[in-house]
Amino acid sequence: MSITPSQTVGPFFSIGLPWPDGPDVVPEGTDGAIWLRGTVLDGEREPIPDALIETWQADPGGRYEAPGFRGFGRCPTDGTGAWAIRTVKPGAAGGQAPHIAVSVFARGLLNRVVTRVYFPDEEEANAADPLLATLDAAARATLVAAREGGGYRFDVRLQGPDETVFFAV
Amino acid sequence: MSPHPPLDWPDYKSTRLRHPHHIRPLKLTETELTAPRLGDRPLGARDHDLTTHGDGEPLGERIIVHGRVLEDGGRPVPETLVEVWQANSCGRYRHAGDRHPAPLDPNFEGVGRCLTDRDGRYRFDTVKPGAYPWGNHPNAWRPAHIHFSVFGRAFAQRLVTQMYFPADPLFEYDPIFNSVRDERARRRMVCSFDLSSTEPERALAYRFDIVLRGCDVTPFE
Repeated sequence: MSITPSQTVGPFFSIGLPWPDGPDVVPEGTDGAIWLRGTVLDGEREPIPDALIETWQADPGGRYEAPGFRGFGRCPTDGTGAWAIRTVKPGAAGGQAPHIAVSVFARGLLNRVVTRVYFPDEEEANAADPLLATLDAAARATLVAAREGGGYRFDVRLQGPDETVFFAV
Repeated sequence: MSPHPPLDWPDYKSTRLRHPHHIRPLKLTETELTAPRLGDRPLGARDHDLTTHGDGEPLGERIIVHGRVLEDGGRPVPETLVEVWQANSCGRYRHAGDRHPAPLDPNFEGVGRCLTDRDGRYRFDTVKPGAYPWGNHPNAWRPAHIHFSVFGRAFAQRLVTQMYFPADPLFEYDPIFNSVRDERARRRMVCSFDLSSTEPERALAYRFDIVLRGCDVTPFE
């Protein structure tokens, strides 16, 4: 059976896809809650105001699909290309360093692109991560979030000399 | 060959500054083989019926769009969230950025969602969207379509696509439709007229099955 191909989300997905609680991977007031935020940029470093970020992660114990833990975040970018989700840092799972999977959808993207957020305070785990190990230092750097305030910043650059590393999923 | 369109597709101008140049291979891990369980998200009883979201009936040709969400081996995907959005019957989206000078319909929002049942079935009641012009190239018109978003049971199955209607004369001119290079894969995006599901005196019906990649690989060796 042939599979259904992807098509772009187009310019008008914001009438349907954003949820009021989309950015809340965890509810406000959750112990250990952090903001993960960033900007989506195009090949001329212009912000993309019509992208959608989705995130998927394990709970702090490293468990996927744990009961009571949604693990999923969704946030459209605003007029400045910015997005943010409220979450907790995931635990390590399956021999991998703690990370958050990210899908980027946008007008002009005929298929989603997929990347991962790793954490700057997990140097040892990052050094042992099998996927990071396949990348050179410059490429790896695009996947490690920066500390910012009480959380982390992860910018997505769709094109350019410091293009974010994307994976075929 | 992947049935998905290439990211670099010059005929669709917005891809120019937005397509990454490198996509690296990834061996699927537990991260990609699991997915959010959204079955308990609160859905309204009429969320699947886009014709009831206004004070009155929307204008246009009332249709039923139904089908199944399957994996490529034929296994149904139960209790997965399906979201749709679309233009109204005149080809206008309820979005501030839509400048097409066709009328908005006060009784049509163009947004729906539902969960598949245990056999992977879903159904929406809506109106047939109109074609609309866009600025991609001179006299560019998008064929009528409904946007679909499906989760599946693995992050690797996540899919956003567009459903088209049979025999649309705009197909051959549309760079988004034609970004899918394989003809069989393009046909997969076109629903089929389904007389047997038509409701007499009320609505025509179309069938649209959505087939997600299988994920029957084990994450651990």
